[in-house]
Amino acid sequence: MSTAAIMVKLNGEERRVAADSTAAAAVDAWRQDADAPYVVSVNGDHIPRERLAATALRAGDEVEILTLRQGG
Amino acid sequence: MAETDEPLRIAGRELGSRLLLGTSRYPSPAALADCIEQAQPGFLTVSVRRAGTGGNGFYELLQETGLPLVPNTAGCRTVKEACVTASMARELLDTNWVKLELIGDDETQAPDPFALVEAAAQLLREDYVVLAYCTEDLALCMRLAELGCHAIMPWAAPIGSGQGLTQPERLALLRQRLPGEVLVVDAGLGRPSDAAAAMELGYDAVLLNTAVAQAREPAPMAAAFRAATDAGRRAWRAGIMPRHSMAQPSTLAPDIPVDQYASSSSSSS
Repeated sequence: MSTAAIMVKLNGEERRVAADSTAAAAVDAWRQDADAPYVVSVNGDHIPRERLAATALRAGDEVEILTLRQGG
Repeated sequence: MAETDEPLRIAGRELGSRLLLGTSRYPSPAALADCIEQAQPGFLTVSVRRAGTGGNGFYELLQETGLPLVPNTAGCRTVKEACVTASMARELLDTNWVKLELIGDDETQAPDPFALVEAAAQLLREDYVVLAYCTEDLALCMRLAELGCHAIMPWAAPIGSGQGLTQPERLALLRQRLPGEVLVVDAGLGRPSDAAAAMELGYDAVLLNTAVAQAREPAPMAAAFRAATDAGRRAWRAGIMPRHSMAQPSTLAPDIPVDQYASSSSSSS
């Protein structure tokens, strides 16, 4: 049985996720370092941490997972 | 003159130093840590960008310094991008401070003054502490001051160019016209003497990155910028003599009677 899936972009990479994915689930699956701080935007809007679990993804959504980096 | 200087304060927060340092382009994390130690910066600037596959070392290194971290909006071209980046940085770092950069031209990384003013107004309404990276245009800087920006940070020259103060008269005019504002020269400094020159103009601080990070030996360069920033500040406070168009012979000037030296020294004892 194949679960319905949709394509979204995570930091520019095409990813296949379950059609009922939330932003929280997709981000958790993508992250490699559990301790690294991160913040998330979907389609250019900041989604605060507490709203990630309630944010449903739709086909074509662009999810950005950002962290602290070097800067001038 | 009193030797004790006022500390730099931005939005009521006292910073430990008038040299502000970026964290980019160092040859290694260890080099960055050495430079931070030598420069003793008042804060460090960082960016908020895509998470990579690397570890958490950079964040831990910065945490260990105990210094305030100020996120920038580098690379943002629109008001929305800048405001979203500031909002994400606020969550990530638990700070409402932002070094607001809006880029209007890729080749020169010139600030976009129109988007900058709009973004600054929006972020100030949302209770951010806005440090605005801008050109040295007088009317623009006055507008940013009127809005309530907490620091106004004109460039000396394009970011990373190392050209130094290309428009010193215009920077001096800004200091003259905005005497009560926190003014920081940000971007384009190449040599320690550039930092000293900015401080001699009465600027409150200098913000630099590439001049240290890309030096052949970054840590000694950080120490040199530390000393130059302090020297420039002390010179400004001491009152720099006016320029004269003609010679003012020092040896041929009338002697000051020795008893006047004595009376001036005894008056301070």
